[in-house]
Amino acid sequence: MSLKKTLCVASPLTLRIVAECPVTKARACDLILPHSAVSTPVFMPVGTQGTLKGITVDQLDGLGCQICLGNTYHLGMRPGPDLIEKANGLHGFMNWKKNLLTDSGGFQMVSLVELSEVNEEGVKFKSPYDGKEILLSPEKSISIQNSLGSDIMMQLDDVVSSTVTGPRVEEAMHRSIRWLDRCIAANKNPDKQNLFAIIQGGLNADLRKACLDEMTQRNVPGFAIGGLSGGEEKDDFWRMVTLSTDHLPREKPRYLMGVGYAVDLVVCVALGCDMFDCVFPTRTARFGSALVPWGSLQVKHKQYAKDFQPIDPDCPCPTCKRHSRAYLHALFKSDTSAMHHITIHNIAYQLTLMRSVRQSIVDGRFPEFIRSFMKQMFPSPDQYPSWAVDALASVNVTLE
Amino acid sequence: MAGSRIKLELSRVVQGESRLGVLKGLGRTGQHCLEVPGCLLYSHLGTVPHLTQDTLHTLKNIPAVTQVTLSSVAEHQEVLQEFKGGFKKFAGLHDTVVYCSLHDPAALCPPGYTTNKTVSVWGSGGRIELTVAKFMAIQKTIQPDWYQSMADGETWQSNTSRKRLRKSVDRTLAHLDECLTIHQNSQDLQGVEVFGVVEGGDILEERARSARETAKRPVAGFCLDGFQTGSMDQTLRTQLIKAIAKELPEDKPRLLQGVGRPDEVLACVEAGVDLFEGFFPFQVTERGCALSFSFDISLDPERAGRAPPAVLELNDDETCRAGEGQPNGEVTDGDQTQMTSFEINLKDKRYHDDFRPLVEGCGCYCCVNHQRAYLHHLLVTNELLAGVLLMIHNTAHYIGFFSTLREALANDKLDLLKRRQVILIATSFSVTVTPDGFESAALSHLGMESKHPRVKINMTLIWLQE
Repeated sequence: MSLKKTLCVASPLTLRIVAECPVTKARACDLILPHSAVSTPVFMPVGTQGTLKGITVDQLDGLGCQICLGNTYHLGMRPGPDLIEKANGLHGFMNWKKNLLTDSGGFQMVSLVELSEVNEEGVKFKSPYDGKEILLSPEKSISIQNSLGSDIMMQLDDVVSSTVTGPRVEEAMHRSIRWLDRCIAANKNPDKQNLFAIIQGGLNADLRKACLDEMTQRNVPGFAIGGLSGGEEKDDFWRMVTLSTDHLPREKPRYLMGVGYAVDLVVCVALGCDMFDCVFPTRTARFGSALVPWGSLQVKHKQYAKDFQPIDPDCPCPTCKRHSRAYLHALFKSDTSAMHHITIHNIAYQLTLMRSVRQSIVDGRFPEFIRSFMKQMFPSPDQYPSWAVDALASVNVTLE
Repeated sequence: MAGSRIKLELSRVVQGESRLGVLKGLGRTGQHCLEVPGCLLYSHLGTVPHLTQDTLHTLKNIPAVTQVTLSSVAEHQEVLQEFKGGFKKFAGLHDTVVYCSLHDPAALCPPGYTTNKTVSVWGSGGRIELTVAKFMAIQKTIQPDWYQSMADGETWQSNTSRKRLRKSVDRTLAHLDECLTIHQNSQDLQGVEVFGVVEGGDILEERARSARETAKRPVAGFCLDGFQTGSMDQTLRTQLIKAIAKELPEDKPRLLQGVGRPDEVLACVEAGVDLFEGFFPFQVTERGCALSFSFDISLDPERAGRAPPAVLELNDDETCRAGEGQPNGEVTDGDQTQMTSFEINLKDKRYHDDFRPLVEGCGCYCCVNHQRAYLHHLLVTNELLAGVLLMIHNTAHYIGFFSTLREALANDKLDLLKRRQVILIATSFSVTVTPDGFESAALSHLGMESKHPRVKINMTLIWLQE
């Protein structure tokens, strides 16, 4: 009887480590999730309200995206979990056939801090749309995420801005552990939806370590590193990341939340992270900023009005295959589709970057990749950010 | 310009006015064709609004001709000059014919800026004044496949004086002559076709004069200007177009500017128009609506009198529209931005949990992949994807309408199509109008002279349901 039970409850997540970098802490893995396999390291584009802004699911699929994000707070408000459940979950509602990861609503506690109030019960939000008050508790967050049906759900954590210091940070860390347990208990679909824990503790090594010790005792399929990427000093940032990966289990995926700049991605892969998300590439696109291996290009600037090259001559994305900087520059004055062209390019850039990173790990040449990446990104070695140099040195990669 | 490559091959002329055929010899190598009656592909700087080439090409039967406007292109003259390769290449367009018009049909120009020698267009940076010389210089940098000559069309306001209308005709003819002179002497414009523009406002004699004179010039076709939706009612428009058509050669195409509503399109086809600008789907998209009118004419004619499901649904939509405080009544000829009876307003709460496609049986990307509830959500949350999906659907629906229109002409089923339109118009009249009032008002709106018994029955049915 119990054997049958074990066979029936298949794990909705399997991590296969394909290659490990002998020099750094980087890994290349196959993350098997209910809707498809995901190759890591992976960058996950953010589609907050059940859509990637201006991009169809076919276009997203065409770029090779295997997993993207939705947001519990926003979708919980509009259109609400009941409607989405009726639509066969978020997958059905937006017609996305690959994987979805939903954030718990925790980050909105920081980003919408004016509208929120935290206590042991949960987070009280005042809706900006109708002034109504809603309480987002661990149970409520998981309930919404169960209705959304995402492949990976995030626990509701007590999030504090990384620039906050003092007893609030410790309080939040301990509360996040208690909330993790409540989330685990509330999950109705453990056989279909993976609940990830989120390590907190701010920029305090002791608090982080305490959080890691506790949370790794829970049987969750994956761990996220939270509370970072919020305006803290990069010197503190990378130290917390590497401390976290040092104490997270090897055989479970590590998701570094809110990280998306190219340099940050490459360095944090070297520090042992597998998954990343960030609104930056898609948001900056809508302002006309195109990401390229040597930085970024402000397409709306006058200097591109007569530049008849594509954004990146080496980029195979639909935008670069067809359109020049000059046309896109002009199009920004005429139609919203200009934003979509750049969004597509930026997603392609991020996904291509991660694909190259992964391949170099598999080929055993990740440190060389890092060196040539940095060379392309910065005009000269004295312009390398010192935090990146230090972080890479800590995992045995010396830049010139 | 002897021997224009564009050839209009008419296969049918119905009742001496409606024309069915194919416009051949389009494009530099003459290999493109466009079925008429047909619409052009509307664009902002060569891009169909909201769409990239990938999303655009989810559409089948995209019109072969893309309309580009000087209002979007003029400010980029210097860039195009330096580029040297022409607009099509600059924009990375697919293999399409490029037609350059003066104005954007979806953006009304402020009046008062035309002079004897100039007209103005409005780009993103403000007003750009064009002399014929500048107009032609820009055409040389664009290198379109065909363009309309410069014209003074500032006559769409009601109560324009006869004197002013006469001036618009004279100026437009003068501009045409100057354009043609420059054109014929320009190596860059070899193989490019020019359409003359018929002006004259609402005065029959001026319209006839403008048509007659323009027809004397070596142009490949004719643009009919000053008939924009809102400028006059359909009866007058029909009358004037018929008068113009009498003066124009049968074998050259007529492009009507600024008219896109399906009922007006139908009436204008009957008056002798071949081509329409394709901006209506864009306007519908911008107000968060989806075209949903049925143009299915494969019904058993015996059943045509009974209100089909599409109409009942429109009934519901009309009542909800009233609730929103919009005038529940006249089919307005006025404001182009106002919702018509051909569309559903997806922002309405009723679509919150409607899991049907926008239009049952529509094969467009949006209807195959998404539901009304999702579109509703995208609109309520102001998401960019709403525009993308609606533009795809609305364009597909509109293209389908034209295709059916041609089929109706080919099979003598135009009446059937018109009947469906009458039903649509009738449902948007106020409930207090008597059944007789329904009928005569609706019929006169469409310029139909005879009373059709089946139509009457249908009106009564609707009335009873109210």
